[in-house]
Amino acid sequence: MRELRKHIIIALVEDKPGVLNRIASKWRQRSFNIESLAVGHSETAGLSRMTFVVDANTDADQVVKQLDKVVDVVEIRDISDETIVSREMALIKVKATAENRSLIIEIVHIFRAEIIDVGPESLIVEVTGPDDKIDAMFDLLENYGVVEMVRTGRVALVRGPASSTPDIHELGEEPFERYPEGETPYSSE
Amino acid sequence: MELTGAQMICECLVREGVEHFFGIPGGATIPFYDILPQYPQLKHILVRHEQVAAHAADGYARASGRVGVCCATSGPGATNLVTGIANAYLDSVPIVALTGEVVRGLIGRDGFQEADITGITLPITKHNYLALDAADLPRIIREAFHIAGTGRPGPVLIDFPRDVFQQKAEFVYPEKLEMRGYRPVPPPDQEHVDRAAELINESKQPLILAGHGVIISQAYKELKELAEKGNIPVITTLLGISSFPGSHPLCLGMPGMHGMYWNNVAIGECDLLIAIGMRFDDRVTGRLRDFAPNAKVIHVDIDPAEIGKNVRPTVALQSDAKSVLKELNRRVKSRSRDDWLAHLDELKREHPSITIRETDKLLPQYVIKTIYDATKGDCSVVTGVGQHQMWAAQLFWFDKPNSLFTAGGLGPMGFEVPAAIGVQVARPDELVWSICGDGGFQMTLQDLITVSANDLPIKFAILNNAHLGMVRQWQTLFYQDNLVATPLQNPDFVKIAEAYDILGIRVTDKQMVESAIYRAMEHPGPVIIDFQVEEQENIFPMVPPGAALQETLDLPKSEEERVVAHT
Repeated sequence: MRELRKHIIIALVEDKPGVLNRIASKWRQRSFNIESLAVGHSETAGLSRMTFVVDANTDADQVVKQLDKVVDVVEIRDISDETIVSREMALIKVKATAENRSLIIEIVHIFRAEIIDVGPESLIVEVTGPDDKIDAMFDLLENYGVVEMVRTGRVALVRGPASSTPDIHELGEEPFERYPEGETPYSSE
Repeated sequence: MELTGAQMICECLVREGVEHFFGIPGGATIPFYDILPQYPQLKHILVRHEQVAAHAADGYARASGRVGVCCATSGPGATNLVTGIANAYLDSVPIVALTGEVVRGLIGRDGFQEADITGITLPITKHNYLALDAADLPRIIREAFHIAGTGRPGPVLIDFPRDVFQQKAEFVYPEKLEMRGYRPVPPPDQEHVDRAAELINESKQPLILAGHGVIISQAYKELKELAEKGNIPVITTLLGISSFPGSHPLCLGMPGMHGMYWNNVAIGECDLLIAIGMRFDDRVTGRLRDFAPNAKVIHVDIDPAEIGKNVRPTVALQSDAKSVLKELNRRVKSRSRDDWLAHLDELKREHPSITIRETDKLLPQYVIKTIYDATKGDCSVVTGVGQHQMWAAQLFWFDKPNSLFTAGGLGPMGFEVPAAIGVQVARPDELVWSICGDGGFQMTLQDLITVSANDLPIKFAILNNAHLGMVRQWQTLFYQDNLVATPLQNPDFVKIAEAYDILGIRVTDKQMVESAIYRAMEHPGPVIIDFQVEEQENIFPMVPPGAALQETLDLPKSEEERVVAHT
C-alpha cells in the first residue's frame, strides 16, 4: 500500500441535477474517501466549480482521468503540487458563561474570527482560513466546550493570472466526425 | 412543427440512420410503440427478454459499424437491460438504450414498475439521460448517438417518462452539438510519434499487441503495413482477433490466459511491445509485475484513462489507432529481423499449442476445427462465454476483418443467441455460426423464437459437455476436482429446436461431425446442432489464475496429465 496523501482537485462541471452523483460514483468505485467537498457557482453561467480534498495514493491520477471522461465534467485538475491558496470556513458553537465569555472573545480576536451569535449560555464563532488555523482554533475553544461545529470544506485556486482550470474547449464546434473519413467503424471491407 | 415526444424520438432515430432496433414493449412504452406504425423505415425486432435486446443491439453494432439500439419498458424491463449495457461498456460497443419510465409525477414515489435506471446504469454507461421535457428530446437523442459512437465507443441510456412520450412540443432538430465536457479525439502528438518510431526502429525483438481499437478504427490496412514493413509479429487479443489476417506469416494469434504458449513466452522475451487499441486486461497480462519484464512499451489508446492504468508505457500515444498507425508508418524503417522471427518459429514448433490429439472421442476442439475447415473462416462467428469461446478464439484464424463477435470484458454467458441475432440482422447475407456452450445457450434460448420468426438462418453449434465447462475445469485443476453445481442435466436440444421450428441435429459421434456441419450450411434456415462432446476436456494452454505468463501450462503431453490437479 502506498502512502496516503491529500489531493486537492478542482473541477469545473455542468450545473445540472445528478452531476454530483456521477462524480461521487467514480470515487466510490475505487473506495476513496472524500474528506471535503465544496460546490458553488463559477464565473461562467451554467458551470459550477468543485473543490475536492481526498485522501488518496497515487491512484488519484486514475480517478481524475476517469472523471475527465464524465460528459458533465468540463475541466478537472489535481492542483496538489501547484502553488495555491486555499481557505475554509467553520461555524463553531461554544459553551460560554458570563465568567469566561471575555476569554473566548480574546481567542476569537487573536484568530481574527467573528462572533455572529450570542446567547446566555453559548456563542457562535465564524472563522475563515487555512484548515490548520481552524484546527488550532477548535483545539483552544474545546477547553470551554464545543457544542457543535460545521465546516465548509476547502475551496482552492491556483495563484497567478491563469485560470485554475484553463483548457475550456471552444463551444459550438462539433468536435469529431462521427465516422472518420466517411467510413463506419467496425464494418468489414 | 409540433410533435409528440414519441414522434420526435422516431424522427431522430430516422435521422441517425437507424434501420433496426431490438425491444419488447411494456406499460411505460406503449405510447412509443403506438406511433411506430407511422415509421415503417424503423424496423422493430421483437425479442422475448430485454437482455436479448441489449446483446442483440451490441452484436448489431459490432457487425454493422453503426450504433445499435435497444428498447425496454420501465422498471423490470430496464433492469433486464443491465447485463447487456455493462457488456457494451466493457467491450466499447456503441449502443443507445431507450427505456420507458413512470410518469413524471410518480418518479421517486415507488410507482408501479419504477426503477431508478439512470442511477443503476451510472457506472456502466458512457453517459445517460432522464428526459423530463419533450422539447429537449432532439438534442438529447443527437447527443446520445454522438457520445455512443465517437471516441471510445460505449453505451448511452435515455430514460423517457411515459407522459413525455405523449407531451407535445415544437420539434427543433439541433444543427450543432454543444457539449463542452465531451472531448474530441486529439491527433497523435508528433513528438511522441517520433519517439515511438525511434523505439521501433531500434528494437531487435518487437511485438505488436493488437486489440479491439484496431477494429473499431478500421486500421487493418495500416496495421498490416506496419507489421510487414518492420517484420513485426502481431499478437491479437481476444477482441483483436480478425484485426490482422490469420493466415499471415506474422500473425501469432491470441496471448494470455488461454492464448498460444509461444506468445506468452515471446512477451517475456521481447524488447518492445507495441500495444494498439488494447487495455492490458488481466486475462492478457497474467501477474502484472512479471509481465513483459524486458520490454519497453508503446501504448496507443484513444482513452487517456487507459494509459498507465495497468502498464506504465515508455511512450504513450493518445489517439485513435488508425491515425497513430498512419503516422508511425511514415517513420518506421523497413527491417528484416530474421533472427527474431526464426526464434518465434522455433517456439511454435516446440509448443504447438493448438494441435488436437488423435482420438476417437468427440472432442469439442475437433468440432470447432471442422467448422473452421468447412467455412475456411469465411463467416461471422459469435460465441458465448467459457471453454467453447476460448477454443473458438484459438482455432479460428480469420482473414476477413471483424469476423469474431465475442463478449470479452464482462464475460456474460448467454451472449451467443442474442448477439448472433444482432449480427445476422446486420449481415443478412453472411453465414453466421454461433458457437454455444450448453450452459450459456440455456440462459437466452427463449429467443430462438426471434430467430425463426425473423427467418434468421443462424447455425448454432452447441458444444454440449453437460457441464458448466470452464468452472468445472477450475474445480478440476484448482479445487481438487470437487465438482459442485457444475454437472448439468440438460434438456433435449433437438426437441427444443423442433419446438421453435428450427432444424435440430444431434451429433454423438466423431464420424457424424462433418456431415452435420455441411448439412447445417446447406439448410436455408436456422439450425441447432447438439454436439455431445467429451465432458471432461480441459482447455490448454492455461495461465493459472494469479500466475505469470511465464508459468503457462502448455498442452498436456499425456492422457493422465490432462486430468491431474495442478495445485
